[in-house]
Amino acid sequence: MLRAFDIFTEVTAPAPPVVIVSKANLSFQCNYQRIIKIFNIISSNRPNINPSSRLTNGREMRDEKSIMESLCNCLGYYRYGAVIGILATIFQKLGNPPNMGICVACMERDIAGALGLHRVATVQYLRPEIIGFVLGSFIAALTFGEFRPRAGSAPIVRFFLGFLRWLVPLSFLGCPWRALLRIAGGDGNAIFGLLGLFFGVWIGTLFFKRGYSLGRATPTPLPTGLVMVLIVMALLFLRIIYPPIQGQPQSGVLFYSLEGPGSKYAPFFISLGVAIALGFIAQRSRFCTMGALRDLILFRNFHLFLGVLSLAIFAFISNLILGQFKPGFANQPIAHSMSLWNFLGMTLAGLSFALAGGCPGRQLFLAGEGDGDAAIFVLGIIIGAAFAHNFGFASTPKGIGPNAIEVLIVGLVFCIWVGFSMRHKEV
Amino acid sequence: MEELVDVRGLSCPQPLLVTIEKIKTTQSSQLKVLVDTDTARENITIVVKSVGWRVLEVEPSALGYIITIERVF
Repeated sequence: MLRAFDIFTEVTAPAPPVVIVSKANLSFQCNYQRIIKIFNIISSNRPNINPSSRLTNGREMRDEKSIMESLCNCLGYYRYGAVIGILATIFQKLGNPPNMGICVACMERDIAGALGLHRVATVQYLRPEIIGFVLGSFIAALTFGEFRPRAGSAPIVRFFLGFLRWLVPLSFLGCPWRALLRIAGGDGNAIFGLLGLFFGVWIGTLFFKRGYSLGRATPTPLPTGLVMVLIVMALLFLRIIYPPIQGQPQSGVLFYSLEGPGSKYAPFFISLGVAIALGFIAQRSRFCTMGALRDLILFRNFHLFLGVLSLAIFAFISNLILGQFKPGFANQPIAHSMSLWNFLGMTLAGLSFALAGGCPGRQLFLAGEGDGDAAIFVLGIIIGAAFAHNFGFASTPKGIGPNAIEVLIVGLVFCIWVGFSMRHKEV
Repeated sequence: MEELVDVRGLSCPQPLLVTIEKIKTTQSSQLKVLVDTDTARENITIVVKSVGWRVLEVEPSALGYIITIERVF
């Protein structure tokens, strides 16, 4: 038991002492009470502020809502990983692109394309999975009284971390979830990507040990938490009034790919429904790939890592059953085999994800919970994806994009600068 | 005397890091940790166990939760 602490002590550089805030910030409190009032009106359903749901000795006392709660707890970290893994491969079977059943990066890029923010004809589709993730998390957060509008933790830095993280992962052609799905589908190139991701998160943890912080978010009035939810609802509305037309690259204001990854998608309502369910469970289980690696490195704590591991294992088993497992390095679907760039791309991704405080999927779930800073990320990501394609940063299956190397260097410099300079001694 | 650690508003993984840092430097055997998200509450209650502390009480407040943790001798 004590070993984890010893390791942590050994590797930690002496850090400035933590300043203790001994009294609650009054304005913080007032704001918060106002928000709770608002939410009592919207959903008269806040178990957390009800004294009867008081937690004692880490064990929750049962109340009338605990049946639902325990059902969700049953789908804890590793079970949720398994659910994502299996559903992702089934999405592939139903029509999503190969080894890309659920890839938050790729899907947000496709949304940027569908809105015409970039005009790469092969990656334009308004993916309902992203919409579903945010809505599912929003519904779960409302149901369990965890919807807390908050923002104000270095939004512009977060925007650029988001912006970069979607330029950079694109040189690997995927996000952490897809890296796992690619391994589960037999794509050996993803091994370099995962190693890079691990390395990047490790660099990120060094900054955290030096006192890196983007500062505190504070509770805010309702709109901060709801804007992202309204944005995805608007996207959903657009998708419903402008459905794809057979053989047409455009339907109303939306663009639809006729070939390439963007033309491959599972049926709309199945994707949306399953994604809402996943978002709901993810909000409850706090599934997070970045957190998994970070906890593993910092605390030798495996509880989140089990989820990530089970995602890969169950996706692998499911791929075997569905006949989608094709081991090898060359000619893998939507992948290139430039190992160094796979590694470096994901190193930068891992670093920026760690500095930003969560994996791409996790940011969507946080945005659904009312985190305005996470919402800023998501927007940074979508804009970043559009820039990546417009400026030729993004890779293609032939190899990395023409300007990707310069962007990698700029991205690395930016992340290291942020890591060194964003320090709040009085956290 | 009990000491307070306020990790409200900090994003992952800082609530955990600040708490652990405090645990390492504090002289007192009991700490009150103020958290504002359920993720932070869960992370802290899980991880303090691996550093030789235990959770005494998790009390919901208008600001989130007040977690009382204590050193296990």
